[in-house]
Amino acid sequence: MGQTAPVSGNIPFVDYLALEPEPHLVANECTSCGARFFDRRNACASCFGTEFRKADIATEGELRSYTIVAFAAPGIPVPFVAGIIDCDGTSVRGNVINVEPDAEHVQLGMKVKLTTVPVGEDTAGTEAVNYAFEPLEGAA
Amino acid sequence: MASDDIWILGIHMTKFGKRPDDDVIDLAAEASLAALKDAGVTMADIGVLAAGNLMGASAPTGQMLQKQIGQTGIPVFNVSNACATGATALRTAIMAIKAGETDMGLAVGVEKLSGAGLLSGGSRKADADEWTPSGRYGAVAGVDGRIGTEIMPGVFAQVGMEYSHKYGGADFELFARISEKNHSHSTLNPLAAYTKKMTLEEIMGDVMIAYPNTRPMCSANCDGAAAAVVVSDAKLKTLDPDQQRRAVKVSASVLTSDPWEEACQILPDVNTLTRRAATQAYEQAGVAPEDLDLVELHDCFATAELVHYDNLMLCKEGEAVPFFESGATWRDGSTPVNVSGGLESKGHPIAATGIANIWEVCHHLRGEAGDRQIEGAKVGLAHVIGLGSACGVHILEKAA
Repeated sequence: MGQTAPVSGNIPFVDYLALEPEPHLVANECTSCGARFFDRRNACASCFGTEFRKADIATEGELRSYTIVAFAAPGIPVPFVAGIIDCDGTSVRGNVINVEPDAEHVQLGMKVKLTTVPVGEDTAGTEAVNYAFEPLEGAA
Repeated sequence: MASDDIWILGIHMTKFGKRPDDDVIDLAAEASLAALKDAGVTMADIGVLAAGNLMGASAPTGQMLQKQIGQTGIPVFNVSNACATGATALRTAIMAIKAGETDMGLAVGVEKLSGAGLLSGGSRKADADEWTPSGRYGAVAGVDGRIGTEIMPGVFAQVGMEYSHKYGGADFELFARISEKNHSHSTLNPLAAYTKKMTLEEIMGDVMIAYPNTRPMCSANCDGAAAAVVVSDAKLKTLDPDQQRRAVKVSASVLTSDPWEEACQILPDVNTLTRRAATQAYEQAGVAPEDLDLVELHDCFATAELVHYDNLMLCKEGEAVPFFESGATWRDGSTPVNVSGGLESKGHPIAATGIANIWEVCHHLRGEAGDRQIEGAKVGLAHVIGLGSACGVHILEKAA
């Protein structure tokens, strides 16, 4: 963000989601060993290096694991599909949407792609935009 | 000649379940006093105390216990290590003896957890009026349910499903059959929180928490405590023959954390640190997986038990499904697993678990397990894992 005009009134749900030019995730990649992290770093957990560069994460991937959460904290809509997505070698956590939340429709190994989800506007009118994954086949 | 061996001299597990009239210290005292009695010693003999109580991790649990059962001025270590807290307390007492600081120690783990509900992800803060990035991920609001799940049944469901994706063959029914086994085993354990046999249909038809884990496939929150007295080999040799006969040898005591692996900060990797702990334990003990007469492993969820067959090398890599399907892990199988009923039915008062599973193994090695005795048991393994992560593996052997 910053080079192009910011999308008016939008804020990414997490720091590692870039909305421009097309929505994608950005990792902190260790310049020494290539380990990738999505959080703010003090050092590399793999090689202890302290220098990182930004690395764009592939927006398509494969569903490596999932669960269908049927019982959650108050305020969290259920059921929803929580998954682990292998995005070209980098693992990402996210919800899988636009699929029936049952074991017949959610398949291990299914191809998915990144999409965005509006979370809502705050009192200042700023819209938070989150990411999720949706099936590649038949997706809009 | 005395060796470096460490022995369990006395050990006790309280009845697990709802204990509304007992507080944390009542339960810890009950386990500790019974373990001391079992060992034939008193607090005057104990040189170090390690105490674990996860829910009260900031409290001086060990000192509060001393104030009820004996203040002798010995060093107290209050430990906290997620679901491996009990194993960590035991390991702490063992390390003090190995370091030569004392020749006898007491380790206790206690938890009051009845009715606790979801322990992680059980609440999500209301969204703020303004979206303001905060925390290490710069999230503008709570992420649970928005970027995957934080609840333990969901996390461990993904652990099992990942195994299924990697090796195939594990589906809802297979995971439910693991739970069926443990609930069946629990009918022989009077100290278990739940002792009801459940059919496969009942398990699969129960309330779904996080697919494929239904409620009976999740560990049971309950109250309970367990305590152990450990002693050096030199000290044991000075005790009376009956104490020596009932002592159980700690052939391996290992604690690991998770080494960095790709994805380990996305979905907890419960596999690598368990495999490492098991490898170290088998080496320390000079024991092979096929030598084990029984195993108590950390079935916090049915989906977790499957992966630990593989991680503890009870089967060949990738073959946990056929291993379970062979009947090997039922109490009449080649490697009985969780004959106590496991965390799914015995219950999981978190900090107590890592000593209670050792009590179960000791009970069989001493030939004192009554109706559920595994006949002729000589070697057993106890395993716990706490997310974060910490893994404890102990191998126990019957006195020669």
